Amino acid sequence: MAERVEHDGAVVTGAGLAAYCPSCREALTVLGPSGRDVSLHLTVRYGDETGDLFLAPSAEGGRRSGSVHLCGKTAPDDVLCPHCGASLVDGQRRCRACGGPRARVLVAGVRQARLSAFCVTAGSVSALSGEATPKPAERESRHRMPERDAVLRARDFAEVTYGFDHGLAVAEAARCLSCKKPKCVEGCPVNVDIPAFIAQIKEGDFVGAARTIKKRNALPAICGRVCPQDQQCEELCTLRKKEGSVAIGALERFVADFERGTDAVAIPPRAPHTGKRVAVVGSGPAGLTLAADLVQLGHGVTVYEALHKLGGVLAYGIPEFRLPKEVVEAEVSYLRHLGVRFEVDAVIGKLYGLDDLFAEGYDAVYLATGAGLPIFLGLPGENLCNVVSANEYLTRVNLMKAYLFPDYDTPAPKGTSVAVVGGGNVAMDCARTALRMGSRDVTVVYRRTRGEMPARAEEIVHAEQEGVTFRYLTSPVRYVGDEQGWVRQLECVTMKLGAPDASGRPRPIPIAGSAYLLNVDLVLVAVGAGPNPTLFSGCEGLERSERGYIRTFDDAGRTSLPRVWAGGDIVTGSATVILAMGAARLAARDIHAYLTAGQTEWPTSGGRPA
Amino acid sequence: MYSIVDRQELTKRDMISLTIEAPVIARRIRPGQFVIIRINETGERVPLTVAYADAVNGTIKIIFQVVGKSTALLASLPVGEAIKDLAGPLGAVMEFENVGTVVGIGGGSGIAVLHHLLIGYKEAGNRVISIIGAREKALLILEDEMRELCDEVIPTTDDGSYGVHGVVTDALSGLVEHGERLDLAVAVGPLVMMRAVCDMTKLYDLPTIVSLNPIMIDGTGMCGGCRCTVGSETRFACVDGPHFDGHKVDFDELIRRNTTYSRDERMSLLSSVRRG
Repeated sequence: MAERVEHDGAVVTGAGLAAYCPSCREALTVLGPSGRDVSLHLTVRYGDETGDLFLAPSAEGGRRSGSVHLCGKTAPDDVLCPHCGASLVDGQRRCRACGGPRARVLVAGVRQARLSAFCVTAGSVSALSGEATPKPAERESRHRMPERDAVLRARDFAEVTYGFDHGLAVAEAARCLSCKKPKCVEGCPVNVDIPAFIAQIKEGDFVGAARTIKKRNALPAICGRVCPQDQQCEELCTLRKKEGSVAIGALERFVADFERGTDAVAIPPRAPHTGKRVAVVGSGPAGLTLAADLVQLGHGVTVYEALHKLGGVLAYGIPEFRLPKEVVEAEVSYLRHLGVRFEVDAVIGKLYGLDDLFAEGYDAVYLATGAGLPIFLGLPGENLCNVVSANEYLTRVNLMKAYLFPDYDTPAPKGTSVAVVGGGNVAMDCARTALRMGSRDVTVVYRRTRGEMPARAEEIVHAEQEGVTFRYLTSPVRYVGDEQGWVRQLECVTMKLGAPDASGRPRPIPIAGSAYLLNVDLVLVAVGAGPNPTLFSGCEGLERSERGYIRTFDDAGRTSLPRVWAGGDIVTGSATVILAMGAARLAARDIHAYLTAGQTEWPTSGGRPA
Repeated sequence: MYSIVDRQELTKRDMISLTIEAPVIARRIRPGQFVIIRINETGERVPLTVAYADAVNGTIKIIFQVVGKSTALLASLPVGEAIKDLAGPLGAVMEFENVGTVVGIGGGSGIAVLHHLLIGYKEAGNRVISIIGAREKALLILEDEMRELCDEVIPTTDDGSYGVHGVVTDALSGLVEHGERLDLAVAVGPLVMMRAVCDMTKLYDLPTIVSLNPIMIDGTGMCGGCRCTVGSETRFACVDGPHFDGHKVDFDELIRRNTTYSRDERMSLLSSVRRG
């Protein structure tokens, strides 16, 4: 133990902590050669010879292994990043005990990454010596968010990406051209003033930047993580075809996390009470956005949630490693501070009907119950044990915290070889969750090709990195079970792409005679969701589309019933968090106008079904 | 929070009755509907069919048998304690028609649910007969309540310690052989019991309604864990049921599906015992 103290500190990279390269921001924390210890991976140079060094923390003060023979305390001549080759050596100081080089790595902290220097010879020690984060390399291309090593992160539920640190955020913000006519704002369904908040980041005013976003979007920490920016704001960025779009989503997340992490969250001034009350059904993205907007305009807002936790799909659907529930709770708590009231365990349609809500004195009702009915394919053998809807699997793991079973009481189905049917974000979430729940082989079965997959680009890449196998142009036709009624195989056929169908994507056509069997013991069905019928038992007279969604008569979401608006997935069918929020924003504006103008008629008759 | 205002041990072993304060649910719930209970922050969502609702006092009564960790925990709660979450009423609202004579067949804790359903049939003007079965006399519940409600009550015990010696289907065939004209059967109890009843009533051409108890999480149609095959169609018990035409239900499939988490349930119980 005494020996450890003599050297200048090293980094402990145990659970929860990760170190990455200050230059390229790639993870240095990996699973060591033993396959058991979390280790710090460095390249060391002795003279002309270079090799890999793995430092793993242990009770004795660091275990070292690697391809170079490391004798005693002989200090290496240089320490390099194994990814970009940049030298990690602190040129200023050397270890006081052995005179060897000190390596500098970034360590992801609770709030921000911190630079830590340590003696490579010593192995591992405790305290992190904080220093100012160095400026990342000035470059014209887009900066990436630091990510945890794929092998390591696929074993637990901690968040995959670390978010930008100060330096990266400022460097990335500096890339923004501040276009006179910013296209990015048009690409945002809630029209966040993107150039304005990026300009504030450039100046180091991170809290100001967060407040700029919050003027348009009450849930920035959530949207920064789950919006499909690559198909929205970032797709329209002027730099996209040159050096890559500005990382708008990562910047949004950075400032939201910064504001929360520094306890700088401020409650904006609220308009005087109007005396009007609005009931919101569903606490998902649409319901929360609408509640935030209307409460700030002075209306009394109560949100009813059928489940025991708030957030809707943010709570039950999107996994912890992509959207920590702590972030959801923080943003919900922000709304609570704004004055929104919440009621959980309130199943509207069963506990209260629409009539009851109006009888309670509400002046308007917003229906935002989402698309919560899982769709199955209707294939033979679908009710075998361990054929599970994505909704059920994700609800068990996320909402009921089955990954903490048996500390939490709800178990999740287990499988060694898992097939996930579908190619959307939900399918990626299922596949990556299954890896983390201990499944050995996880295969995504998708009937078109990678280019047509509706999932967010980042999710596909992450799934690939983590070891998910993809079988494209593959469609399941039958589940095969054993005598006890458990699924054992998935029969698939190979497809080819034909002419575009109604969705504009090429229609997959089965190739005759191409059927084969895939050995599986768990199948997760992630092929979409339909409108949940529970709501409708208490909503007589509410018109619905052929597909069962609520029919609306204008962009604001007015329904066939007076004083009832609807928005989000229950109107559009399964879409994204931000689209639901965009719809809610329009509805909020209309509800506010309706309530304050003292209108009594319901002018939808001339409208067209939206 | 939902407070427990009354607690009864209905049998010496493990049948518990809890009366819980839930005014809105008590007013809204119809016979045959269920609620979902989550006892505490780490708890499961447990679906329990309501045995009785008292709209005046704003309480609902649930009767359950201790079978695993959650029911054991629920059984351990004293009067005055509260459970964290209670959501409902869930499930489809049943129509109770006057069909003539209804025979209710209940086993185990299913007798409690049957009692609530038979209230509905009695109120609709039916003549109501009930057959209630248990392994032994000490495990038979709600006999007095049934006698008060029904025109005829036939208790059965497997060991012959009380009533008809045998199982509920023995009493049912006895009824039919004595020339009793039956128009509808309602069976609530273990799946094997309901399957046996349905096998028998098919022969008698007697329409039969059963109350299913599949694995469920949200209870609002969101997870699909409760799906079962009814007449070659997949139905969700939570929103389409839990009551179905028993002659169309694929009981074998449901019995298999209900074993999905047996190992986990044992593990959950064991780990909680170890932790005390």
